[in-house]
Amino acid sequence: MNALIVSNLTALLPAWVVMHAASLIVVTPLLSGPIALILSRGRLAWAWALVISVITFALSLVLYGQVLDHGSVVYAFGDWAPPLGITYNIDALNVLILLLVAGMGVLSLVNGLPSVLREIAPKDQAPFFAAFMLCLTGLMGVTITGDAFNVFVFLEISSISTYVLVAMGGTTDRRALTASFNYLILGTIGATFFVIGLGLLYMATGTLNMADITAHLHTHSEDRVVRAAFAFIVIGLGLKTAMFPLHTWLPSAYAYSPTIVGTFLASTATKVAFYAMVRFILGVFDPGSPFSGALLEIVLAPMAIAAMIICSVQALHQADLRKLLAYSSVAQLGYMLLGLSMGTAAGVSASLLHLFNHALMKGALFMGVGIFGLQYGIRQVQDLRGLGKTMPLTAAAFTISGLSLIGVPLTAGFVSKFYLITAALERGWWWAAAAILASSVLAIFYVGRMLEMMYLREAPKAKGRTKKAKTGNVPLLALVPLLILALANIWFFFDASLPKGLADAAATALLGGGAL
Amino acid sequence: MTTEFLTPLDAFTVIDLIFMMMLVVVGIAIVRFKDLFAVVMLSGVYSLVSAAWFVSLDAVDVAFTEAAVGAGISTVLMLGAMLLTARTAAPVKPARHWVALFVVCATGAALLYATVDMPSFGDPLSPPNAYVGLEYLKRTGPDTGVPNVVSAVLASYRGYDTFGETTVILTAGLGVILILGLGGPARRRKKPVPAKTKEAKAKESEDYGAHHVVLRVISKLMIPVIIVYGAYVQFHGDFGPGGGFQAGLIIASSIILYALIFGVDAAKEAVPPSLVRLGAALGVLIYGGVGVISLLLGGNFLSYNVLNPAHPSHGQELGIMFVEIGVLVTVASVMLIIFYGFTSRQPDISDKDW
Repeated sequence: MNALIVSNLTALLPAWVVMHAASLIVVTPLLSGPIALILSRGRLAWAWALVISVITFALSLVLYGQVLDHGSVVYAFGDWAPPLGITYNIDALNVLILLLVAGMGVLSLVNGLPSVLREIAPKDQAPFFAAFMLCLTGLMGVTITGDAFNVFVFLEISSISTYVLVAMGGTTDRRALTASFNYLILGTIGATFFVIGLGLLYMATGTLNMADITAHLHTHSEDRVVRAAFAFIVIGLGLKTAMFPLHTWLPSAYAYSPTIVGTFLASTATKVAFYAMVRFILGVFDPGSPFSGALLEIVLAPMAIAAMIICSVQALHQADLRKLLAYSSVAQLGYMLLGLSMGTAAGVSASLLHLFNHALMKGALFMGVGIFGLQYGIRQVQDLRGLGKTMPLTAAAFTISGLSLIGVPLTAGFVSKFYLITAALERGWWWAAAAILASSVLAIFYVGRMLEMMYLREAPKAKGRTKKAKTGNVPLLALVPLLILALANIWFFFDASLPKGLADAAATALLGGGAL
Repeated sequence: MTTEFLTPLDAFTVIDLIFMMMLVVVGIAIVRFKDLFAVVMLSGVYSLVSAAWFVSLDAVDVAFTEAAVGAGISTVLMLGAMLLTARTAAPVKPARHWVALFVVCATGAALLYATVDMPSFGDPLSPPNAYVGLEYLKRTGPDTGVPNVVSAVLASYRGYDTFGETTVILTAGLGVILILGLGGPARRRKKPVPAKTKEAKAKESEDYGAHHVVLRVISKLMIPVIIVYGAYVQFHGDFGPGGGFQAGLIIASSIILYALIFGVDAAKEAVPPSLVRLGAALGVLIYGGVGVISLLLGGNFLSYNVLNPAHPSHGQELGIMFVEIGVLVTVASVMLIIFYGFTSRQPDISDKDW
């Protein structure tokens, strides 16, 4: 069915667009940024950004169709063949992330308008949306490219725009400024490590094209330069991924940023960095070499488990709702890293599936918190009291996503955790399976705490909160994307064929278990 | 990668080593100093020494950029930032950051570990010298007809990266607009003067720095020359070191010089903030526009050959020229955005304090 929709869409668009979809998917949002800056009217810039993000999403569907048909797509910029020029290489692995980022871009923009109008000064709204589009551009660019240095360039576009977007929370909460500054310093260190790694790789291979680097690396995987490059790149991307213990920037950055930014970043930014890590560790470097095998097992796996346990415990102790969700994000990134560290096709596939599902649930949870904030200015866990009655629809959607975060059956979260545990047992890592279960129990507690407040406590009477909020009070714009995501969390329990198919194909392609 | 090449210990190698040692010394000094003014000056020195080092390494284009950015404009911008905060760093209690020490040592150790297998310095058979790099040297002439290989790689072979870098600069400008603001158009002066007469205006601008006669006269003489030099750097980029990036910095610094001597308000009257905001966006649109035109003409994005199908290398020259103009416009505008952003935040420094 997916294929049918996609092929119909492809038939609708002009052939020229379909042919150049690979470049247009990044160039369109990129050029929309400066145009949004010129527009200088908040709502106009929003409408413009929304139209462009819908086009971007449509293009990602077109690329999905092309990957289904051909397995992979290569696009050479300037018509220069690699390794002379820069290419975009689209395959099952990154088309999954492209779909996710573009889709979340549309949903966050729709959901975010009411909160932006409230949180951002009118004169700043147009440049704000310009920065948002550039952030989207950067994330798409990192994901789609087949050139190692081009990853760095687009990583910088996304990072710098992210620092700015986070800092814009400063109008409502001054702590956003220090959060943004911390993120800037750590993010810049991460970028520096990454680029040092690229320099070392270039020294060893003389090329920047990823496929070409891989071809040259097979001849000298024991080279010390390559090993150092590997370490620098993993640490650099680890900072961007918020890999434990390099995650310290993340909770405040997500908690104090404007609502729309928190929603968008929580569901995309670390995901894209994690994708880049998978791409480099398994796609560029030789995953079979003893050095990277050791790194996965001795370094990555313990870090992943530490994140899953420690950050879940930290989430338990948070009073601030968005901080709670942010710590939970670091813990969930641990699941993904664990799947990657298994180094098996099953593990990587489960990890990618969890990435996809986690974006759906965390996106929905942040949207839910955003709507609570919009209605009642709620930021703390204890302020959720009684919301199950006053805002039943939003609370229901929030609950579904929360259950998905725990991994309750009938939600998407169950599927990916199930595959993760299976993969761990296949690998013989019973301790990893135990850690997943332990971390899920902790998730029951921190999600349960929020749900208890919503459904079992009475709403405080003092501030007139018991007045029934009419559904008309919640802007429909904000509510619809939340409901879509909540339903997606259920849908992907029953039919996970789209993400699972892509994740399986990507994992087998990376670890050499046959073609798509 | 062990070839039999050994780096010769000739005069240039010795000069390189001296430059590197100077960088270490300056770097340590920057860390030790508490006086921010000295730190800003030293970081300018650091950039200048690295630029000199790049010249000795035959990387003239990089040297030019480093000199223009590091020693030139970023020094001015850091001075502007310093005026917003303080002149000396806040005293920090000496503490032992063991984790930081460990991280720094581990990083250094990893780099040292890697040196063992690195190709010898200057080895013509090392991968960076023998593979794609060599290919660029061979093909640039016939492919693009541009004598400066660096410009061809930057604007054509890897032109998409440069498009991304231009966008990075726009993003930085956007950040300054959002966080600091541009301070709007030239401010009304302190007293609400009802409809300034021409004489009053002339008197006012004479008041500003009136006693810096030498500075005023020399800068008025120099600014046109600087702008012409910027244009030369811009259009000579095909033949020698230069291009839109350096030219943009040079032109922006001429306007910053004007602002330093005649006041920010005078500069804002000449180049209004709304114009630089537009310019920052426009440059990226020019660059992307070349790409979109090449798409419309049937090539891939940023494929300059289709701009002149009869003579592909003419198309290359044309494409490179236009994208360099895009880079120029964005770079110059964003530098002014940052400068305006910093200066519009601070109270006017009374002229006597200079």
